[in-house]
Amino acid sequence: MNTKVTNMMMVGVGGQGSLLASRILGGVALKLNYDVKASEVHGMSQRGGSVVTYLKYGEKVYSPVICRGEADFILAFEQLEALRWLPYLKKNGVIIMSTHKVNPAPVITGAMEYPKDISKTIENTGIRLIEADAFSLAVQAGTDKAANVVIIGILAKLMKDEIDKDIYIDVLREQINPRFFDANLAAFNSGYNFI
Amino acid sequence: MSEKKLLLGNAAIARGLYEAGCRFVSSYPGTPSTEITQFASEYKEIYAEWAPNEKVGAEAALGASIGGARAFCGMKHVGLNVAADPVFSAGYVGVNGGFVIAVADDSGMHSSQDEQDSRHYAAAAKIPMLEPSDSSECLSFTKKAFELSERFDTPFLIRSSTRISHSLGAAELGEREETELKEYKKDAAKYVMMPANARERRAAVEKRLAEIAEWAESCEFNRVEYSESENKTEEKIGIISSGIAYQYAREAFGDNCSYLKLGLVYPLPTELILDFAKNVDRVIVIEELDDIIESWCKKIGVKTDGKNLLSNTGEYSQEILREKILGIKPENIELGEDIAIPGRPPVLCPGCSHRGMFHVLKKLKLFVSGDIGCYTLGAAAPLSAMDTTLCMGASISGMHGFNVVRGAESAKKSVAAIGDSTFMHSGITGLIDITYNKGVSKILILDNGTTGMTGHQHHPGTGYTLKGEAAPIVSIEGICRAAGIKEENIKVFDPCDLTQTEKILKEELAKDEACVMIARRPCVLLKTTKTDKKYKIKQEGCTGCRLCMSAGCPAIKFENKKASVEESLCTGCGLCGQLCRLNLIEEI
Repeated sequence: MNTKVTNMMMVGVGGQGSLLASRILGGVALKLNYDVKASEVHGMSQRGGSVVTYLKYGEKVYSPVICRGEADFILAFEQLEALRWLPYLKKNGVIIMSTHKVNPAPVITGAMEYPKDISKTIENTGIRLIEADAFSLAVQAGTDKAANVVIIGILAKLMKDEIDKDIYIDVLREQINPRFFDANLAAFNSGYNFI
Repeated sequence: MSEKKLLLGNAAIARGLYEAGCRFVSSYPGTPSTEITQFASEYKEIYAEWAPNEKVGAEAALGASIGGARAFCGMKHVGLNVAADPVFSAGYVGVNGGFVIAVADDSGMHSSQDEQDSRHYAAAAKIPMLEPSDSSECLSFTKKAFELSERFDTPFLIRSSTRISHSLGAAELGEREETELKEYKKDAAKYVMMPANARERRAAVEKRLAEIAEWAESCEFNRVEYSESENKTEEKIGIISSGIAYQYAREAFGDNCSYLKLGLVYPLPTELILDFAKNVDRVIVIEELDDIIESWCKKIGVKTDGKNLLSNTGEYSQEILREKILGIKPENIELGEDIAIPGRPPVLCPGCSHRGMFHVLKKLKLFVSGDIGCYTLGAAAPLSAMDTTLCMGASISGMHGFNVVRGAESAKKSVAAIGDSTFMHSGITGLIDITYNKGVSKILILDNGTTGMTGHQHHPGTGYTLKGEAAPIVSIEGICRAAGIKEENIKVFDPCDLTQTEKILKEELAKDEACVMIARRPCVLLKTTKTDKKYKIKQEGCTGCRLCMSAGCPAIKFENKKASVEESLCTGCGLCGQLCRLNLIEEI
């Protein structure tokens, strides 16, 4: 039996759509007949706090959370959050990072500075980093709400040998409001064609 | 044919309600339990409502049970404190239709003011408790709990936790089993809890508990999984666990250990544990929060490890178990210690109606008796305008006690700040305490027209029911008048208008009578709130004084010694424009 479990983390700031991203990827894994678990954040942390969502799939998944050194992929919707959660990535894992920045409270109040050169810091650890201006790509695709779907598109390309692209599109069609489907599909494709 | 679906733990509990033929649900929102009731309301076969608080919800659900229907009430751990009174007595009267109460603990305090282990309630109230460990069990346990509730004539508790309630997992969907409304038979000896009857019921509770304890030895909820792995550890380790902790244990120890997985966490089995312990060399109890299973093991003479290795606070994980029990540290990327990563605590949203209010409270240097809701974030920097926060409703009653001992002058420099939904939940009795006892405290009701923190649920003041039907509006002003607050001492204003807010606050604080100030502005996240305006800061002339940032709006950024508005976050509330002394902030 293949006991391998694939671990993905979605990290960002409350309100950036990491819940939808985990549900889309969870839907994809379920279509492939995997056991799936995802852990979400609701309540107070959603109010602009650091938000992390875990998604795991494989033959059998027990714990719904991912710990340090366990993630195969981190999908980061904000730069500082990418840096914060980096220790959760496996040493041979991949991080896909949106270049978007949102100042946290200590930066707004002037107590701390937003770290400089985050992509360089990440690359210095030897990790594979894929950076994308997902926000602009989403705007070009027709919706400023679909930066998360752009990032999913990039992931889909990385995993194309394991998971067929059309499965993601089927899940998008099932889960996205039909009014926004075309823009989300365009966002997905722009991510898919990004690398 | 059955269908497999990815469900949130809370959605799976709701599905269990549906499939069990549950007809009545009454709850008050509370993270992480809220969505159970929201999902339940989507089934047309279930009558579902928001009660003003958990005590009312539990009483209404017990009433529905006595009335012959399968009934449910869901709450968070601190909600069970509020509902404890009826829940304890419900254990005595038992049920007619099955009665199930779900309680979601929040180990790690993701969204709570304290950390409690609700298993203590099961033991204290002598009510059996099931603990599912994933979405699939959330559904099947909930469904079976109704049948068991009727079989043993007792309410059943279901314990969840944040990681169960808010994790997605696959669950097998079944059909709804329609239940008939049972006949109601008058039975005062069972349903009227006066001392003579209660003494009889007290004995019945003990008899019932003994029967359930016997059933616990072989019930389907407790399961032994002996290790069949060939490379199992030389010392045969047996792990006793339940709920989410079981999942962490399975992930950390795999097939190399044996497991006794307990789905019924009260009452605990004796023979089953003794037998399991006999078949392994070393027993480790893995349970989040308190040492309830471990204490039971010790009581029945089983030597175990447990809290000698693991903490009784916070959440566990596979990493914690590996490190504390096996001594294995994670292999992860280390960022240099010279990299300072600013924290990102939750903050009031851009355009939040509470921001202006707390800005004024800070400016006036008032003692603020706070309460539970999004506005508790007014305690955080840079607003830092809250002195106390205890539990739902305590702002008003606590303010009263504070001012009685500190004298009338104290009431001119202090205010109780409470949200609209929290006021409905348990603020009204505090208000009555003040008016009845001739108190002179000042109350500020932060009315944003919703239960904000838990994700926008209706309450008696919003004009809509849980199912979205129009409902009579319970008027906050009307309640205040009825409680004895004079008409001239009730003021309503928009807290985003800083000048008016400050003026009203100063006027009311100067009075020698109890006053209620209602800061009314809808939550910016409500779909009905218009956010089509945007503001910008003229860069020419900006001196970088940061005054516009003093209210802590996340939509204002500071770069190259000048402030500017992050347009994608701005909701157009215009608060920053009132803070700039140079009038550099204007609508786009």
